Amino acid sequence: MDGTHSRQPMASALHRRPRRTEALIQVLLGLSGLITVLVTLGIVYELARGAWDFFRHPLWEETHRSLAAPVGPATPRFLLPTEGRELPEGSVLRVGDELVRVVAVEGETLVVERGIQGTGPAPHPAGTPLLLQSRVSVWAFLTGREWIPQLGRFGVLPLLTATLMVSLIAMAVALPLGLGIAIYLSEYASPRMRHLLKPLLEVLTGVPTVVYGYFALTWVTPGLRRLLGADTVGVYNMASAGLVVGVLVIPLVSSMSEDALRAVPDSLREAAYALGATRLETALQVVVPAAFSGLTAAFIVAISRAIGETMIVALAAGAGPRLTLNPFQAAETLTGHIVRISGGDLSYDSIDYRSIFALGLVLFTLTLGLNLLSQRVVAHFREEYR
Amino acid sequence: MNRSPAFAPNLSSRHRKGLIGLALFQLATLSSVVALMALLYTLVDHAFGYAAIEYQVYPGDLGMDIYRLDDLPPETLAQVLAEYLPPQVYRSLDQDRPLAGRPGPELAALVIQRVFQPKVVRTWSLTESLLQRERIAAQARAELPYAEVRFVDWINARFLSRPQSSDPLRAGVRTAILGSLWLMAIALFTGLPLGVSAAIYLEEYADRGHWFHRLVQANIHNLAGVPSIIYGILGLAVFVRGLAPITSGAIFGPAGATVNGRTLLSGGMTLGLLVLPLVIINTQEAIRAVPASLREAAYGLGATRWQVVWHHVLPVALPGIMTGTILALSRALGETAPLVVVGASTFITFDPSGPFDRFTALPIQIYQWTARPQDVFRNLAAAASITLLVLLLLLNSTAVYIRYRARQGR
Repeated sequence: MDGTHSRQPMASALHRRPRRTEALIQVLLGLSGLITVLVTLGIVYELARGAWDFFRHPLWEETHRSLAAPVGPATPRFLLPTEGRELPEGSVLRVGDELVRVVAVEGETLVVERGIQGTGPAPHPAGTPLLLQSRVSVWAFLTGREWIPQLGRFGVLPLLTATLMVSLIAMAVALPLGLGIAIYLSEYASPRMRHLLKPLLEVLTGVPTVVYGYFALTWVTPGLRRLLGADTVGVYNMASAGLVVGVLVIPLVSSMSEDALRAVPDSLREAAYALGATRLETALQVVVPAAFSGLTAAFIVAISRAIGETMIVALAAGAGPRLTLNPFQAAETLTGHIVRISGGDLSYDSIDYRSIFALGLVLFTLTLGLNLLSQRVVAHFREEYR
Repeated sequence: MNRSPAFAPNLSSRHRKGLIGLALFQLATLSSVVALMALLYTLVDHAFGYAAIEYQVYPGDLGMDIYRLDDLPPETLAQVLAEYLPPQVYRSLDQDRPLAGRPGPELAALVIQRVFQPKVVRTWSLTESLLQRERIAAQARAELPYAEVRFVDWINARFLSRPQSSDPLRAGVRTAILGSLWLMAIALFTGLPLGVSAAIYLEEYADRGHWFHRLVQANIHNLAGVPSIIYGILGLAVFVRGLAPITSGAIFGPAGATVNGRTLLSGGMTLGLLVLPLVIINTQEAIRAVPASLREAAYGLGATRWQVVWHHVLPVALPGIMTGTILALSRALGETAPLVVVGASTFITFDPSGPFDRFTALPIQIYQWTARPQDVFRNLAAAASITLLVLLLLLNSTAVYIRYRARQGR
């Protein structure tokens, strides 16, 4: 049945007329489907545009050089003291409000093109400092080992390693526990037990992450400090954040894994029992390998969730990016950094504002890639049993 | 059972392994329960307990209790102000508005702020307060001789009804709760119509094999996996900055407008987009659960597609849609990161009056109190967390109740 009208003449009472309202409703409903696609496109567009701004926007670096003599509005030659930073040909300098391009360097004199990029030539007194234009290069962003916005250093590695470290700790918790729960629920537990445990796990999912963050900071961190010594474990540390993120994703791992385990046909279990295998042997050597791709998908989704988790790391992992592999030290993750710098009335013209988008793009790419990968794995998994 | 000799020797060890395996799986299950218990314990442990409070003027000396000041007649309070305030301060307050004519609660607040000036110097957890009362008393006598040690319930009716304050003894979550309710209402108005119509389109109209259907469906599943903070960035770029004239309320006249787009409207719409995939997925499931025979009967009687959807499919799917929407809203209620990025305000003491107001929300309040270095704000954060969990519990129970009623009716 569709809205188009048939050309066959029928009894006039039953003749299908074109229905305008019906067609309009269909278009409106289709539009709301389209809007969901626009949300994704909006995310991609805004992140890409913001990141483009971040990489294109000029930064002004100190050259430690200033004009040795006053210059008029038309002089193409600047007299400079020799010490200070090297000024390469073709680079753009800022003198007062004016931008100039370096044409040649002849000893102490600088030959420049005056008033470029929409600025007008103007006289400048002696002692006006020269600032060198630079940009954040994508390469420096991806490989830089320091994130110090004040010094113009934007290397994403410290944030990325902290994110991965927290996710790794989280998975070390969630993977064995989540899988253990899934095996217990699907292979051992009585229906009554399942009825009791499933809502409990749902409660764990329902607790807001900010409350988990509070828990990490006021219970897990002091516990770790008491256990391992206050000298080893910092007040803010990645281990505590990672453990609690792990607890947060346990229900996700367990419910997805349980679905995968239950999808394994009973004939496989029965065959194993008939061969004399114990319950554990059936579970570990027959059911788990058979559900392997489903389990893998569950872990991948859980990693993606752990990478995107924000409030726990913002509260418990500490402020300030740091490149360290010691889980008991404080280090800021991608998400933690975004939340910290975006609090308050952040100016739209600041480098912090623009960096949010570049970092968001990294985060989005990571999580989307993992989610797509898990869908691939699930599609593969479905093929096995149908 | 026939045990052949070749089979028997390792049978007991295999059974033992089986038992160990079962024990490990049970332990894993138990550990998640323990984690949940530890979390709840931590919250309750910090929401009650002894606190050491230092005063400029000790209320006991005047035979007063700072929590019972509202019960006193205004004249007594005005008298206290006259007696204890420096004369010039008293005169300037009186010139502002005659103190004798001011209402009791306002005078009580003045007495606390200007005369008693309570300051919480230390707090103890509930466990300590219950088990080590003597040690706390001894410690307080030795280290804090001028402090009054009293049992404080950080979560109580006053906490729920008072606005935010920098004084931990007077701070409350009223503005935050109202902010959260506003945000949820706006999220509902954004997410529900859009989500339900998209779901109807996908389930009842679209051709399953068509590329557009597959695109929308795959897209929704990907959106559900996007970290919430990314939605915050989207909201910041589109609602706060891009649509600033609308979200700040400026196009509706300067009265009541905010200077920028960091308003309830932006926050609510961001949350609306965040829950959109959840609403769609839940609604799709509810619609899918409607038996096909119902549709076929309606079509058989000559109903149009929209008549089938509106008169037959939606009424049957409604409890499922409501349950799914409430669950999606409870996700919105707990979200913090996108609101921080969209620009929730740090300190708001007035109730929100419209969608163009600056905003705070319950999770934002918890975040800010937890992030403060002073211990006393941790107690407030625990109290606010319990408030949030109770609100979530109410929402979820409503959803469970609707589901239960729907099953009963069937």
